Amino acid sequence: MIIANDLQKSFGDVHALDGVSFQIDKGECVGLLGLNGAGKTTLLRILGCLLTPTAGTMTVEGRDVSGEANYVRGLIGFLPEEPPLYNDMRVGDFLGFAAGIRGIPRTDIGGRVQDAARRCQLDKMIDARIETLSFGYRKRVGIAQAIVHNPPLVILDEPIGGLDPAQIVEMRELVRGLRGQHTVVISSHILTEISQTCDRIMVMQRGKLVGSGTEEELTGGAGKEQHFMAIVRGEKPDVEKALAGVAGVTSIEIEKRADGALDLRIDASGDVRALLSRALVQGGLDLIELARKSDKLEATFLRLTGDKEDER
Amino acid sequence: MKNVYLIARREAVSILRSPQGFIIAALYLALVGLDFNLRVLGGGAKYSADVLTGFFHELSGFTMFFSVFISMGLIAKERETGTFPLLLTSPVKDFEIILGKFFGAYLFLLLITLVTVYMPLLVMVNGKVSWGHVSAGYLGVLLLGSAVLAIGTFSSSLTRSQIVAVFVTLGIGMPLVLFWLLGRFADKPLNDIFAYLAIHNIHFSPFKAGKVHLRDIVYYLSMTSFFLFAATRTLESRRWR
Repeated sequence: MIIANDLQKSFGDVHALDGVSFQIDKGECVGLLGLNGAGKTTLLRILGCLLTPTAGTMTVEGRDVSGEANYVRGLIGFLPEEPPLYNDMRVGDFLGFAAGIRGIPRTDIGGRVQDAARRCQLDKMIDARIETLSFGYRKRVGIAQAIVHNPPLVILDEPIGGLDPAQIVEMRELVRGLRGQHTVVISSHILTEISQTCDRIMVMQRGKLVGSGTEEELTGGAGKEQHFMAIVRGEKPDVEKALAGVAGVTSIEIEKRADGALDLRIDASGDVRALLSRALVQGGLDLIELARKSDKLEATFLRLTGDKEDER
Repeated sequence: MKNVYLIARREAVSILRSPQGFIIAALYLALVGLDFNLRVLGGGAKYSADVLTGFFHELSGFTMFFSVFISMGLIAKERETGTFPLLLTSPVKDFEIILGKFFGAYLFLLLITLVTVYMPLLVMVNGKVSWGHVSAGYLGVLLLGSAVLAIGTFSSSLTRSQIVAVFVTLGIGMPLVLFWLLGRFADKPLNDIFAYLAIHNIHFSPFKAGKVHLRDIVYYLSMTSFFLFAATRTLESRRWR
């Protein structure tokens, strides 16, 4: 779907992109992860035909983003970090306008607007003036304008930036809903969002791609040791007995909490969350919480980006 | 042309709904009306044709002046408010964006200019008015307006500041207005060149007197096309930065 080959972009003496190459397959949901100034937005702006690369090539479905920009624009839906909304318009009119300039026939526009509004949960806001919307709803309208013409490729630049926790959860669900129907490329500097939303992560630092793969591939965790934490109510021997038969568990640490519950730290070879939860419940314990520890990905991210900092 | 229509319609509605659009329309109509009452009708008895000529002369000045402000935000405001990526990431050609914006502004100018038609009608009540004179006058005003709007569109494509766009338009428009003075004092053949380039004097005078010359229509359409072309090229060169 997308092929970038030795992509470079300079603004004067500043090298925003420095030899970036990658491939994204159709239907993938890929997250661009990096600190501020890593080159994520520049990369997305080239993909969105807003910038032309200084050197190298990028193609979408075999069409060059610079040479055949107008064709490529017909394949994409783009949400910049600041949603490009006309405040004086009503949501429905705005989405209709966005669909119109993306080549949707007039007879189909009504249906497309309703569909995009439904997918972005904007049904009740369709007659609201955009200037009256909250920031979270403005982001939703931004995504709706990006998908209203049902493009094969959806590009979202920092879609959760500036949202409160409740809005982040809603936005996560919205972005997840795009998977399968579109190829999705998302940028963010928030690691947990990318890891929870995307199939694959591309880590950028100082204009270079410093890592690419699934979370497990990046952390080296595919089939290797992973760490879990759980909180249960019950007795320590019962926990040990329940987990004794779980395949893959290599070690268990149990500690009593102040409220009487037990803190479990479990190491296992692979993702055994389903097995753990079943074993604990079947062992007569009350499972209050179970999670895979994410500090490995954070450590990997810091290692990937830190190494490059050290090189400079 | 579907994209041009969609962008023009959105632009015209946006200007009409905006406070700036309301202020421009209100000031334009109030000043044209006041000027008509005090200067055009004032000063003793006049022939209807002279009143009409005076009216179109005054109207042309107001139209030029307000066209600067109608066009200042056409492109600059999109950049200023961050809405331009919507158009720039859509399969819309640069000339379609420029034409759409221009026609949107032109529609607004057309609307407020046509509201002034009650003034020639008032002259008709008390005198004898030739509809040909009225039509020629309005044609001239609208052609002049289109040239100034095109200059404004070009200026607006150069910057993200609407204020800067106003000054650029004035910087281009004022010399074009004043070229007729240079035409009076320069030697041949410069005097002819300056006189021909002047946006108002020799090209507008026939219209206000009720005469339509093809050369004047060609001049105004050429000016409009030239500055819209320049705006398109500016957009092309700036969109990739």
